[in-house]
Amino acid sequence: MTNSTATSTKPTKLTDHTLASARDGLRNKDFTALELTNAFLDAIERLDGQINSFITRTPEQARQAARQADEAIAKGQAKALTGIPLGIKDLFATKGVRTTAASRILGDFTPPYESTVTQNLLDDGAVFLGKLNLDEFAMGSTNLTSAFGGVENPWKRHGSDAKLVPGGSSGGSAAAVAAGLCLGATGTDTGGSIRQPAAYCGITGIKPTYGRCSRFGQIAFASSLDQAGPMARTLQDCAILLESMAGFDPKDATSVNQPVPRYEAALGRSIKGMKIGIPREYRVPGMPADIDKLWQEAASWLKAAGAEVVDISLPHTKHALPTYYIAALAEASSNLARYDGVRYGMRAERPSLDEMYEATRAEGFGEEVKRRILLGTHVLSSGYYDAYYLRAQKVRTLIQRDFLRAFEEVDVILTPTAPSGAFAWDEKPTDPVQMYLNDVFTVPASLAGVPALSLPGGLDSQGVPLGLQLIGRFFGEEDIIAAGHVVEQAAAFATTPKGRPALHASH
Amino acid sequence: MSDYRITGETGEWEVVVGLEVHAQVVSNAKLFSGASATYGGQPNEHVSLIDAAMPGMLPVLNGEAVAQAVRTGLGLQAKINLFSRFDRKNYFYADLPQGYQITQFEFPIVGTGLVKTELPDGTAAQVGITRLHLEQDAGKSLHDQDPKRSFIDLNRAGVALMEIVSEPDIRSPEEAGAYLRKLRQILRYLGTCDGNMEEGSMRADVNVSVRKPGEDYRTRCEIKNVNSVRFVMQAIEAEARRQVEVWEAGGTVDQQTLAFDHVKNETRPLRSKEDAHDYRYFPEPDLLPLQITQEWVDGLKAALPELPEEKRARLEGDYGVTPYESGVLTAEQPVADFYEATVWGPDFASHKGQKAPEDIARLAANWMLGDFFAALNRTGTHVENSPVSALALRELLSLILDKTINGKIAKEVFETMVERGVAGKPTSAKAIVDEKGLRQVTDTGAIEREIDAVLAANADKVAEYKSGKDKLFGFFVGQTMKAMKGKANPAMVNELLKQKLS
Repeated sequence: MTNSTATSTKPTKLTDHTLASARDGLRNKDFTALELTNAFLDAIERLDGQINSFITRTPEQARQAARQADEAIAKGQAKALTGIPLGIKDLFATKGVRTTAASRILGDFTPPYESTVTQNLLDDGAVFLGKLNLDEFAMGSTNLTSAFGGVENPWKRHGSDAKLVPGGSSGGSAAAVAAGLCLGATGTDTGGSIRQPAAYCGITGIKPTYGRCSRFGQIAFASSLDQAGPMARTLQDCAILLESMAGFDPKDATSVNQPVPRYEAALGRSIKGMKIGIPREYRVPGMPADIDKLWQEAASWLKAAGAEVVDISLPHTKHALPTYYIAALAEASSNLARYDGVRYGMRAERPSLDEMYEATRAEGFGEEVKRRILLGTHVLSSGYYDAYYLRAQKVRTLIQRDFLRAFEEVDVILTPTAPSGAFAWDEKPTDPVQMYLNDVFTVPASLAGVPALSLPGGLDSQGVPLGLQLIGRFFGEEDIIAAGHVVEQAAAFATTPKGRPALHASH
Repeated sequence: MSDYRITGETGEWEVVVGLEVHAQVVSNAKLFSGASATYGGQPNEHVSLIDAAMPGMLPVLNGEAVAQAVRTGLGLQAKINLFSRFDRKNYFYADLPQGYQITQFEFPIVGTGLVKTELPDGTAAQVGITRLHLEQDAGKSLHDQDPKRSFIDLNRAGVALMEIVSEPDIRSPEEAGAYLRKLRQILRYLGTCDGNMEEGSMRADVNVSVRKPGEDYRTRCEIKNVNSVRFVMQAIEAEARRQVEVWEAGGTVDQQTLAFDHVKNETRPLRSKEDAHDYRYFPEPDLLPLQITQEWVDGLKAALPELPEEKRARLEGDYGVTPYESGVLTAEQPVADFYEATVWGPDFASHKGQKAPEDIARLAANWMLGDFFAALNRTGTHVENSPVSALALRELLSLILDKTINGKIAKEVFETMVERGVAGKPTSAKAIVDEKGLRQVTDTGAIEREIDAVLAANADKVAEYKSGKDKLFGFFVGQTMKAMKGKANPAMVNELLKQKLS
């Protein structure tokens, strides 16, 4: 465990800023938005050839936005994110900018519309540097299923040059933030796609309550689970981003009409008397000792801050993974039916309609996506619907009930984010089922729809980051941010990936 | 007429029919997008990003379409389900942009109901409604624009449809026709569907089977997308005949989907069993379950227009029209409105439930079923763009009632009104009467003078009449009327003639 203490608040390089400190620096006119943006564009230029976190870079657009930000700041009209350079997961439709979902099938699709989440960020003055890599259609736990190639985790193991995976599906977002290529990024989480890569890359990410962020313009994987959220270096940065991203959207019938709280204000809120639950079912056999130790340590940090730590039970946890894969893939098989080569995206020309469909989808989708479409189609097909889909729906209700019961007793649940740290590209399990186990701790909260965050707690014995997960009750984002902040302070995770300077401070 | 039978070699067969009617909801926007639901337009003119299933687009339910479905349910005396849900029906087709149709499968918004029908011979029947659910329409493939390619028009994609499913209660082509006409009448009264089958805003899938009377149901076949009442009736006949032949030849009717060719007057298979779809339904995750309140339903119910049944009963009770007349007058709401406006004037709605003055109510009914409809037919107009307005007709009838003109002159005046109305110069009855000097003569002296002259000029006939040839009375009336250019009050002519001849 490497704990270091921040000693200075003035980074020497612009890319070393946190989002919050950059915001302050811009307002104090310590530097201009254009300087800040250029610093990140340079960093992308220098480092992204290796990391491969960007699918599409938009430097011209970014500089233009930065100049506008500088004008706004000069006029005293700065908004929450004015001049802040961000990366956007390439699952969000961005007006006039190619949007691929990391799939060949979308070809050069350039939407004439903007997703609500990215529009909210733009409305708050954010500067978009480009579109970030991901697992194809957000399906994967490694970011190795992208049609644009895998993303490399900026972290290295002690004494090894092996390329590590950044996690998935928001692996490009996590790696870009960790490598200092942007101050924050959007992610989407279906079964852990924000939290797991955040853990693997040593950054922070929040999957908010289902319905908190609009899904309009976000390319669908599994509609009843997908939820956008922020990824950044610190919890404060995530809170700032989430506040901007969230909100009711009449264009999404599942978005919730409830005011957005000031998440940033939850940082530093006292957690005295808060009840923290430790679910016994998350102690899986074979969990690395480092992770178990970190988990206990985190509990003790919370206790030291005045919280009460209690053992709880989430009895249906062991059914979460199969339930998730049935529910998510059923929806995915349907959501991906629209990629038929008829209206947009790539088309494989063939003499008949059926042949055109088959060839387009065969050539356009990657292996993992095809596997999931087949599974999803199978679980919905007549003769199997009752055995799989209907049963999964029922189990999902039981899992939700587990959480509702638990939250009658506790305010926040503490678990590890993933059963291990990042593994190497060539260690990727060949068995897809083994691969799916990466999501074992994140999936239950997704099925329940409750908010959860991941933040870095420390390093494992090989020197790669380990994540801690805090799960809250419906719309309990402020609780997990308050508790998370205590953990963040105590962990004082300031270690940076090899090859780039300190994140929080020079020391 | 439930005794419709097909006589085959092995005896009589009964036909069993159930209908699934797709009725396009009258609304400004589509079911899940803000795009216009207007018929026609250039291909792909009325298509939103949602209708085209662009990546990341989400459906948002149109509340007015829901209200229309509930109104229709109420009009069908059906159970309104406060909880309903949308499901996805997954299949690939070029004109189905999402790769699935959003429909209601397990939990429809409207449950069981009833439609009372009347056959042309006056026999009453009824058809049970199984359910009504909301769903989105698909687009249209255009196969005739290019020698090699097909094009897709998504104007209809996402338009709200109500699928109204009947019980297999129909036993003859006539009953099917009567049911469809009645359903269309109800929908039009409610203003929930324009019932325009030519534009495809109402079309039917027809399920047909045959059986020996008293037997259980045999295998049914579904004839898809039949778009006129007449074709539905013909299709049932053709299909029932085909099935009887198959059974009687010792074969088995296979459950299949058919199309009706109205030129050849036969049904033919649309797709084979091998293509049978596994639709893979599941709850639509982009929409929350639809929950409505009883209060909202009650509000819609209170604001419901008067339906044909009620209107008929009221016209018979309050206006003294015959069942036949009430049937004709309520066939379409605008006709009933025209009739009531003729009787009461423009504020007819405020007289609802009051007994109408019998003389004008009767006169108006006679005129509408007679000269008025004849004039509409002749001029190719409809009650809503009639060359003679209800108020103009009302004035004409009032001239008859106050004896300004007699019925015969009134017909002449009416024809002039029609002519001028068609020419775009509507003229009031009074103006025409004045202009042509058609006022009825009720001056006893004047009539007596003419009678005297007629009797004097026909002394021989008077003698014949007096010797018992009663029929000649009409001759004297006619001569008097002719002498007075038809303007004499016929009753007075009659009375005075009787006096003079006695």
